[in-house]
Amino acid sequence: MKKYFSFFRLRLAMGLQYRTAAIAGLVTQFFWGFMLIGAYRAFYESNPSAFPMSFQAMVSYIWLQQAFLAVFITWRYDEDIFTMITDGGISYELARPVDLYGMWYAKNLAMRLSEAMLRFAPVLLLAMVLPHPFRLGRPASAAHFFLFLLTMVVGLLLTVAFLMIIYGLAMKTISPTGVRLFFPAIVEFMSGQIIPIPFFPEKLRKIAELLPFAGMQNVPLRIYSGDLSGTPMVTAVVLQFFWLLVFLGIGKLLLSSAEKRAVVQGG
Amino acid sequence: MIHLENVVKTYKVARRGTGTRETLRAFFRRDYTEIRALDGLSFDIPDGEIVGLLGPNGAGKSTAIKILSGILYPDSGTVECNGFVPYKDRMRYTREIGVVFGQRTQLFWDVPVGDSYALLKDIYDIPDDVFNENLEEMTALLRLEKLLTTPARQLSLGQRMRCELAASLLHSPKILFLDEPTIGLDAASKLAVRKFVRDVNERRQTTVILTTHDMQDVEALSERVMMIGKGKLLLNGTLSDIRREGESLDESLVEFYRQIELDNREEEEDLS
Repeated sequence: MKKYFSFFRLRLAMGLQYRTAAIAGLVTQFFWGFMLIGAYRAFYESNPSAFPMSFQAMVSYIWLQQAFLAVFITWRYDEDIFTMITDGGISYELARPVDLYGMWYAKNLAMRLSEAMLRFAPVLLLAMVLPHPFRLGRPASAAHFFLFLLTMVVGLLLTVAFLMIIYGLAMKTISPTGVRLFFPAIVEFMSGQIIPIPFFPEKLRKIAELLPFAGMQNVPLRIYSGDLSGTPMVTAVVLQFFWLLVFLGIGKLLLSSAEKRAVVQGG
Repeated sequence: MIHLENVVKTYKVARRGTGTRETLRAFFRRDYTEIRALDGLSFDIPDGEIVGLLGPNGAGKSTAIKILSGILYPDSGTVECNGFVPYKDRMRYTREIGVVFGQRTQLFWDVPVGDSYALLKDIYDIPDDVFNENLEEMTALLRLEKLLTTPARQLSLGQRMRCELAASLLHSPKILFLDEPTIGLDAASKLAVRKFVRDVNERRQTTVILTTHDMQDVEALSERVMMIGKGKLLLNGTLSDIRREGESLDESLVEFYRQIELDNREEEEDLS
């Protein structure tokens, strides 16, 4: 266990040394959030009754999404892993007494956390002092806040478990290009990253809420403001845990079978 | 003790001709050819030896090293190293081996070399005293003092190779695999690497298995030479079996390849 924690620590240190990237990211996320809220406000003002969430819940959704972008974003891969699959650097990974799954999982987790740690606080602080319609509201209740934190952690674990499946598929097909083109658009949309799931047409919304991707960010972001509450919230949390276990299982199987048929490219 | 018997490893290669028509055809129908990288390879290596694996490009040397170090599964045959089946007992076996692939790096690109070493300490569960002792020894032998605080990406190739060698020995492995450790190095660095490998072998009785195209590496290091060609063991002997009077080692080697029909012209015919 200690060695996986060491990977985590090293990757964390690596992420923290890129200060300029963090500042640039921060500025982007702040303006992006501002712009999104502006756009949704225009929709809201033209017809508030057609708006599927309260405006306040929408604002919280966007600010939390921007602040924790590095935690939630589905298409943020560890490029090192793809490189080592393509050029054969994977040799070194396999020549050491480490479990490939554990090591890659720890690396991805650390990469996301290091990026998030540098970015979330300034975005949240700014969002809390903005003038009224743009301001980040308080959580619906202490219980909602606690569940928001919990589901955000599970969402992160779920997202990384999903990435592990992508890495496993890339290892099997010896090239990441296919899987990288195929998955991101669907997953990004279904996780509620582009528009929140309540804005989906009724039938699509029902399907999306059952799929694993909703648990990646739709669930925590809506629990905070109380937009997701009561029985639907409990169902969503149970589903999130269920999918986490399923993804962990699939990824683990995929990687160990890919390991057995490993192909080292490039001599 | 390393024991290899009748090891076979094949790769599938999708082949197609060049040009638009061929490319389009290959889109619908692929022709696969099997390449036998290892075709019944057998040999034994006793503990504490330095063995040079020789052979032209594509002979199967690297494949052999990757099977011996637990990275690749063979299709068939028996492999046993120090009582382990490398690819099956990968997690336990890899504690006992060190590897250096000359064309790749095991150091973390963005952090100082010392950080990579600290990580290796945890990966191999190296006790503090062993780690410190080894690191001290490596630092002295390979002159690493200044390099330990330098990020890996800013090392020259020669410096990096010194750091790679140290990295592969921190956990006191019993077997060391070196796949082209002197590739691209200048004369001084080559000499340093050779001296170091000899020192380690003498001091710790580490078995060293080395692949290289540099005949001077072999001359300086290996008592024993194994020639691999077309996936088979062709010679198990010493350099004197290859050396010819009045010729350089490289010339002798080419002549040797020619005699056993391993020269490049032959290989090109194969590809056509």
